[in-house]
Amino acid sequence: MVRAAPPLTRRTGLGDRAAAVRQGLSAYGLLVWMWVRATLAYRTSFLLMAFGNFAASGLDFVAILLMFSRIHALGGFSLPEVAFLYGTCSLALGLSDLLVGNLSRLGARIRDGTLDTLLLRPAPVFVQIAADRFALRRLGRTFQALLVLGWALGRIDVDWTVGRVLMVPLMAVCGTAIFGAVYTAGAAFQFWAQDAAELQNSLTYGGNALLQYPPTVFARDLVRGVTFIVPLAFVNWLPALWLLGRPDPLGLPGWVAFLGPAVAALMCAGAGLAWRRGVRAYRSTGS
Amino acid sequence: MLYGAVVAGSFRRYATYRVATAAGVVTNTAFGFVIAYTYLALWSQRPHLGGYDRAQALTFVWAGQALFALIAYGGLDELQDRIRSGDVAVDLYRPADLQLWWLATELGRAGLQLIGRGVVPMAVGALAFPLSLPGSPLTWGWFLLSVTLGVVVSFALRYLVALASFWLLDSSGLAMVSTLACMFFSGLVLPLRVFPGALADLAQLLPWAALLQVPADVLMGARTGGALLRGLAFQAAWAAALLALGRLVQSAATRKVVVQGG
Repeated sequence: MVRAAPPLTRRTGLGDRAAAVRQGLSAYGLLVWMWVRATLAYRTSFLLMAFGNFAASGLDFVAILLMFSRIHALGGFSLPEVAFLYGTCSLALGLSDLLVGNLSRLGARIRDGTLDTLLLRPAPVFVQIAADRFALRRLGRTFQALLVLGWALGRIDVDWTVGRVLMVPLMAVCGTAIFGAVYTAGAAFQFWAQDAAELQNSLTYGGNALLQYPPTVFARDLVRGVTFIVPLAFVNWLPALWLLGRPDPLGLPGWVAFLGPAVAALMCAGAGLAWRRGVRAYRSTGS
Repeated sequence: MLYGAVVAGSFRRYATYRVATAAGVVTNTAFGFVIAYTYLALWSQRPHLGGYDRAQALTFVWAGQALFALIAYGGLDELQDRIRSGDVAVDLYRPADLQLWWLATELGRAGLQLIGRGVVPMAVGALAFPLSLPGSPLTWGWFLLSVTLGVVVSFALRYLVALASFWLLDSSGLAMVSTLACMFFSGLVLPLRVFPGALADLAQLLPWAALLQVPADVLMGARTGGALLRGLAFQAAWAAALLALGRLVQSAATRKVVVQGG
């Protein structure tokens, strides 16, 4: 039985806001649990799809391995170092894709008019769409990324201090939040352009393809673009450069590597504002 | 001519998805830049890797992005859904052949995607990087022929996957394996000539080599004269073999189909 959450009214106080967040999270949990149970009803199908997700994201790494069968370093980075970049960004993308990736289905819901149903339900519409058809199979990418990351961590030449050890999970959390903000902003854009779901792929999957290679490989302007305009470089490039003890190709000061949480928070706030504007601007397709 | 009308109709249908096409162009262009820089790094360390010079390697990247929407996926999910729901029974009643009908829709889609999603990434790539594009219109003609054959092979492979829905309740697992094989063995992940040793030779014999490897080689001038004709013959042979296999499976499937109701 699914408990219906009490209706949300306009809240202003900090305590009220915390209650609203708790309520949203519990609605998210209930919806996700429903989809997980539905998924596990077809176990073989789930295992197959999870394996497919694993293999699909593994193809990128196979390409890197094939490249390294011909060379010893790419852009001055060794295979374990590239694998570390690959593991960290793929993990962040995998987690955000798992948690909020289905926001990209918003355009389809607007087109067929089913968004209206969600707007009537007593739970935040963001939560409902993020959890819509929650795809547990995406654990495949996460698992694959963790394997590569684990392999890389054992082989990169880093003098492990407490700070450096803590940096790895921090990268995963901030990276997940940054990609999550991209998913949210991309979905918000679909309130105006319903067919533009593929646009965000250039930043999510395209960003992932970019970040898994060392920044030294790319043109300066491209690196500047993903540092200052769409700050994807904070997912793994900047903290990883610090961790690996390598100079920043843009010559940024060392403390920039620690700005990940601030950048992630800013991006999430911006994406949240964009989402609100989108919801306010929404006009149903009509009958 | 019935199938000509289907081609034109499918072309017009996909022409209406303007925003989706624009979004796809942006994504393909972004991917093109990322892959182009990684190939530049690779080829700066190993010039002439796989027999390509740098301009040819970059041409391969942008050809892959320009042709991505034509060869990597398509509109056959719709056929798969129609088989699963049983709507295919209506299609079988129509005075048109199922395979030719869907081939016509895919050719129409490919024509639109080549113009809508192929030209812009290729032009951007040519502006940003030194590409090895043909000067003679004749080579462009061979390239278009090679792309057309690649689209037919891609269709024939995906048609077989869709027909599997007649037997499998849920063929999404098979579709996934097919997509993975397509990504890897077409050269979208890495040019097949760059694969190590025997894997390179094997990959260039498989049908997926007809999707991107051969058209890209024709475009960049890595296949001329006898090699050009051999490449086109290779594509045509796989197209014929897979279409024939599709017909066999189709006739087996239509004998099997049972429609409920009166």
